[in-house]
Amino acid sequence: MASLKELAAREPKLSPGHRACAGCIPALAFHQVLRSAPGYVVAGCATGCMEVVTTIFPYTAWNIPFIHNAFENSAATISGVEAAYQVLKRKGKVTKDIKFIAFGGDGGTYDIGLQSLSGAMERGHNMLYVCYDNEAYMNTGIQRSSATPFAADTKTAPVGKVHKGKKQYPKKLTEIIIAHDVAYAAQASPSHWRDLNRKVEKALSIEGPAFINVLAPCPPGWRFPSDMGLEMARLAVETCFWPLYEFENGKRKLTYKPKEKLPISEWTKHQGRFRHLHQEENKHLLEQAQQEVDRRWNELLALCGESA
Amino acid sequence: MPTIMGLSGNEAVAHAMRQINPDVVAAYPITPQTELMHQFAEFHADGLVDTELVLTESEHSAMSATVGAAAAGARAMTATSANGLALMWEIVYIAASLRLPIVMPVINRALSGPINIHCDHSDTMGCRDSGWIQIFSENCQEAYDNALMAVKISEHKNILLPTMITLDGFILSHTLERVELLDDDVVKKFVGDYHPEHALLDVDHPITVGPLDLQDYYFEHKRQQIHAMTQVFPVIEQVAGEFAKLSGRRYGLIEEYRLDDAERAIILMGSSVGTAKDVVDDLRDAGEKVGLIKIRVYRPFPYDAIRAALKKLKAVAVLDRAVSFGTFGGPVYTDVRATLYGNGVNLPVINYIYGLGGRDIDKAQIKSAFDDLKNIVKSGRIGEELRFLGLRD
Ligand SMILES: Cc1ncc(C[n+]2csc(CCOP(=O)(O)OP(=O)(O)O)c2C)c(N)n1
Repeated sequence: MASLKELAAREPKLSPGHRACAGCIPALAFHQVLRSAPGYVVAGCATGCMEVVTTIFPYTAWNIPFIHNAFENSAATISGVEAAYQVLKRKGKVTKDIKFIAFGGDGGTYDIGLQSLSGAMERGHNMLYVCYDNEAYMNTGIQRSSATPFAADTKTAPVGKVHKGKKQYPKKLTEIIIAHDVAYAAQASPSHWRDLNRKVEKALSIEGPAFINVLAPCPPGWRFPSDMGLEMARLAVETCFWPLYEFENGKRKLTYKPKEKLPISEWTKHQGRFRHLHQEENKHLLEQAQQEVDRRWNELLALCGESA
Repeated sequence: MPTIMGLSGNEAVAHAMRQINPDVVAAYPITPQTELMHQFAEFHADGLVDTELVLTESEHSAMSATVGAAAAGARAMTATSANGLALMWEIVYIAASLRLPIVMPVINRALSGPINIHCDHSDTMGCRDSGWIQIFSENCQEAYDNALMAVKISEHKNILLPTMITLDGFILSHTLERVELLDDDVVKKFVGDYHPEHALLDVDHPITVGPLDLQDYYFEHKRQQIHAMTQVFPVIEQVAGEFAKLSGRRYGLIEEYRLDDAERAIILMGSSVGTAKDVVDDLRDAGEKVGLIKIRVYRPFPYDAIRAALKKLKAVAVLDRAVSFGTFGGPVYTDVRATLYGNGVNLPVINYIYGLGGRDIDKAQIKSAFDDLKNIVKSGRIGEELRFLGLRD
């Protein structure tokens, strides 16, 4: 595993000067993922915040070959790039060793791009797909996605007099990808950068399709102060809302277990999108959210062969 | 020495693809395109091509992967029909805007709904404004020839635009015809080796493909696409010239059939052209001055050639195998009409919609169109502009 010194010394694949918001954790997640990848990488990204802030023509923040095609096809597009690599390498037209990373937001991955991602994983392309999960469609103005947490306030599932934010729990995307029996799958968080770094290195070193779901808090979307992004990511892990684990050789493994599982309110209380959960009349919603986190956490512990 | 074989249109195009030996082919099945990919997959399975075959989970992903492969620097192809093309639609535009020289056979089939697997041109017409070159085939030989020429046209450095070659579903795709195949090495030399100027896999020269393009540049990029389209005709003619030397078969943007002293003509494209030529021959035998204009290259639309051809005539009928709802006729009709306005050419032009959803068109129907034209010329009255052939009342 690369040391911090080695990581810091690497040429950045994504340059500073892109146009992400102050405190944007998706941008940080991209930096962490790309820094973890030594050597040549070709990257793609789905339409969304990160594509938009890094590629406003005639500028680009990408120091490596980069392709954006559309919103739902980052995985299919990189499939084509990787297929081209296989054949051109065979024909001797490409001689370098190159890795392939497709990025997509939660909207472009959990929702509209799920089919394209599933296809790419099933076909077994030698690529890493990274979902940066900021838990809503941020680029189009904070609409709910199937990754948005229960009861969160969004523009399409707002908190009103009758309805109190999103009604459903988030889709378990990492588990859906694991069901494809991919070479490698994991959940990571930029707050635990060493863990993330190791997972990316591993995913890129393994032959075959790999997937990493990275939690990526969004200051304007979640409504927290812009210097609190990493703290939001850390609390999501410490409350077990976002467990860090990996799947390899048919087995799941926790890669981090909080010493003391914090209540979900420790995470929600800092975020404007959950403000209503901390009002007396909505207490039951917070309890419901907690129950679901507990249920999923216990289920995962069992799958990982761990005790509570 | 060319090989003469009995091949369906799908097989003929599959042979063209075998000889082109593309780097990447992405595929998703849809009738009547399926057999093309079956045949190509067999070539692949037998090791007759080096192609990386990407069997996607949808046409949307097939076109997306084709775009990725082409941007990576590969010669890339896919093929589809009808709803498959409709599902690709979003990425069809992106392929053209990225200036990727993709070649895609489209086996024409009616677009749902209601669902129908048989031939009409509604699928291709749905993306006639997408920035792709569109070349229609009259028979299986042309489908094969067009596939080969399309590669050279698309990849020409002045063009760099994707090309759809079309063949009529079932009528050509599933009908055995006599097809002359060029030798493999002749094709190999004709299409040449592919060396794109920019490629994602050229990692020492990183490029950003498909950036966000806002108010300050998008318009100029569209202007460049428009410009590229204006460069297409000379390249098509040049490639057709090279191809004629190899094959003895010469193709133009349009084909004028017995038009020289004709007074009446019909304009159409695709497989019905063959039937219509028969009708022209019959009427000529009966002493009638009739002819035919076949449109081979539909996008870019050969305005000048068509205008010049129309100048010789007293009345013309455009036969459309697709509808353009809410306008005053089919898409080809609208285009033909647009060539006439404001340049001194003035003649009665009527429109027939025919063959939707695979409805047969026969010689009697085509003859009736010529008869209608005769009445128009005689009476000087146009009457109904929008008419139908083979429609039950
Ligand atoms: C087919 C299609 N539908 C809708 C859109 C509009 N759109 C662009 S980005 C986006 C949201 C992206 O959300 P997500 O993937 O979560 O990434 P984020 O913006 O949050 O980073 C949407 C809905 C589109 N570009 N294409």
